[in-house]
Amino acid sequence: MLSFLRKRLITSLIAVFIVTVVIFVLARLQGDPRTLYTDENLSKETYDALGAELGLDKPLVYQYFIFIRKVAVGDLGKSIHQHLPVFDIVLARLPATAKLAAAGFLFSVAVGVPLGVLSAVKRGSGWDLAGRMFAVLGHALPSFWIAIMMIFIISVKLDLLPTSRDGGFDHFILPSIALGWAAAGGQMRLVRSAMLEVLDSQYVMLARAKGVTKESVIFKHALRNAILAPLTFAGLTLGGLITGAIITETVFAWPGLGLLAINAVTSSDYAVLQGVMIFITFFYLFVSFAVDMIYAWADPRIRYG
Amino acid sequence: MDDSQNLESVDVLTGAPPSRKFRVHLRYLRFLRTYPIFSVVILSTLVFAAVTASWIAPFPERYGQLRDRHAEPAIFGGEGGHLLGADSVGRDIYSRLLFGARVSLIIAVGTILIAGSFGTTLGLISGWYGGWIDEAIMRLVDAMNAIPVILVALVLAVAVGQSFWLLLGILSVGLWPGFARQVRAETLSLKERDYVDMAKVGGASTGRILYRHILPGLFSTVVVVSTNLVGTVILAEAGLSFLGVGVPPPTPSWGGMIADGRLYLTDAWWVSAFPGIAIGLTVTSLVFLGDWLRDHLDPRLRQLE
Repeated sequence: MLSFLRKRLITSLIAVFIVTVVIFVLARLQGDPRTLYTDENLSKETYDALGAELGLDKPLVYQYFIFIRKVAVGDLGKSIHQHLPVFDIVLARLPATAKLAAAGFLFSVAVGVPLGVLSAVKRGSGWDLAGRMFAVLGHALPSFWIAIMMIFIISVKLDLLPTSRDGGFDHFILPSIALGWAAAGGQMRLVRSAMLEVLDSQYVMLARAKGVTKESVIFKHALRNAILAPLTFAGLTLGGLITGAIITETVFAWPGLGLLAINAVTSSDYAVLQGVMIFITFFYLFVSFAVDMIYAWADPRIRYG
Repeated sequence: MDDSQNLESVDVLTGAPPSRKFRVHLRYLRFLRTYPIFSVVILSTLVFAAVTASWIAPFPERYGQLRDRHAEPAIFGGEGGHLLGADSVGRDIYSRLLFGARVSLIIAVGTILIAGSFGTTLGLISGWYGGWIDEAIMRLVDAMNAIPVILVALVLAVAVGQSFWLLLGILSVGLWPGFARQVRAETLSLKERDYVDMAKVGGASTGRILYRHILPGLFSTVVVVSTNLVGTVILAEAGLSFLGVGVPPPTPSWGGMIADGRLYLTDAWWVSAFPGIAIGLTVTSLVFLGDWLRDHLDPRLRQLE
């Protein structure tokens, strides 16, 4: 357990280091920040004084640590367009993205797990084939294309569901399908192969030989073990969902971090963009750490392995 | 994803063979599995289109006739001679799809070459040397999961502007960990082989052992991983182009075309629909081809799933 924790910690530190260095270097590539809010007939002394105030007279490495210290206390600068602290802007958008990612995850589990079980139990049947086609299509069709086509068919042509913005339950349906389909395909494949493995095992055969009913074997003996498989990859799935949310949000005008980032690109609002990037990295690290803890709790082999 | 014995399978719990009607389908499926015809047809069409786009495209891909604006697809009885219709500035969708295939292919091949050589080298070093080198490289690989590559692309597009080479670089950075992880695992097993010990006893240098004895053994792993990741690259490129930070316009790319059609969905659904189908067909063929290659090049991998 301790070595597991240590690995997680090192990994997180490297990720944070890479992201902050990338942001820092790119921010410096933008040019001298002094030129942004001063005019040309600035005296040399004022210019240097301003540099000293911003820490620009120090070596780059030192400047990096100034940047890190600011990030650590939540000072991410101000948005050039909204004139508000980036931290507040980004924080206000976080719940919408978290809700969307959670809805996508729920969809992927609600669809992927039953389909996986069905595919494995009816191996080689039409159900199995349909389930596997569903999984392949979820992976092969771009989520934003699925989103656009669903909007066209379900919202525009059939006028069944709203197309955009955060709202009640009906607003969640299309975005969570668009976002969760690929993940559902992944879950389905994992559950299917795990179920097949368990169903082949000796204790399942013993249970059947004892006369335990088919349903009882599937749900009590097999599913309990097979259900751990999607958890193994839950970290990766979540990473995919969070990045996927960025694209899905732009299609559905969902007021989350992704839409914020895209708008920041169009308006060249670098401060907001770096804020979103730092937030999403931390959000992902936090969530995947939590998932791993749950996994370690659920599967003793991880805890003591 | 699935193993070939599935097709011979029986109901795992009742032992009943599949129905007669379904067995006929299974025979076709087994044929398709023995020879990946679907994948080969689709992918060779793609390569052919990419290479000959300049000659076989009926219309220029970058300019349109405004009078052809939103011309309906000829395959659905539209007039104006546009096989798959025209977009909002009258550009022929079919011609743009052909040129888009070229972009997708160049990006995919380029990314696989860069990410493949980098990832393979690091995976090889990691697996061969072990110890702290292995630890460092693997933690880096893990950390890469936490870095939102799409956001890095957005930040870069704002900081230094979008370009073809930048796209290639970003995608390679996102993809190399996939190679490194698999190559490391394979190297770990290859380095225990007797012939490697023999080479050591024979006095071969480490470089020679890696190059002559380990690297050739990695071939099938690298081919399988590449095939699977080509699909990922095509999807990622489409996603970035959709967000407007991929291949710079007016060069046609499938993702960019989907984005173009989004605004005029109610007038001309075909602008978005066809590029999505092209992406779906391509990635599906790659998935099937990847499975087929895995089954035929590396029988051991088949048992893992």
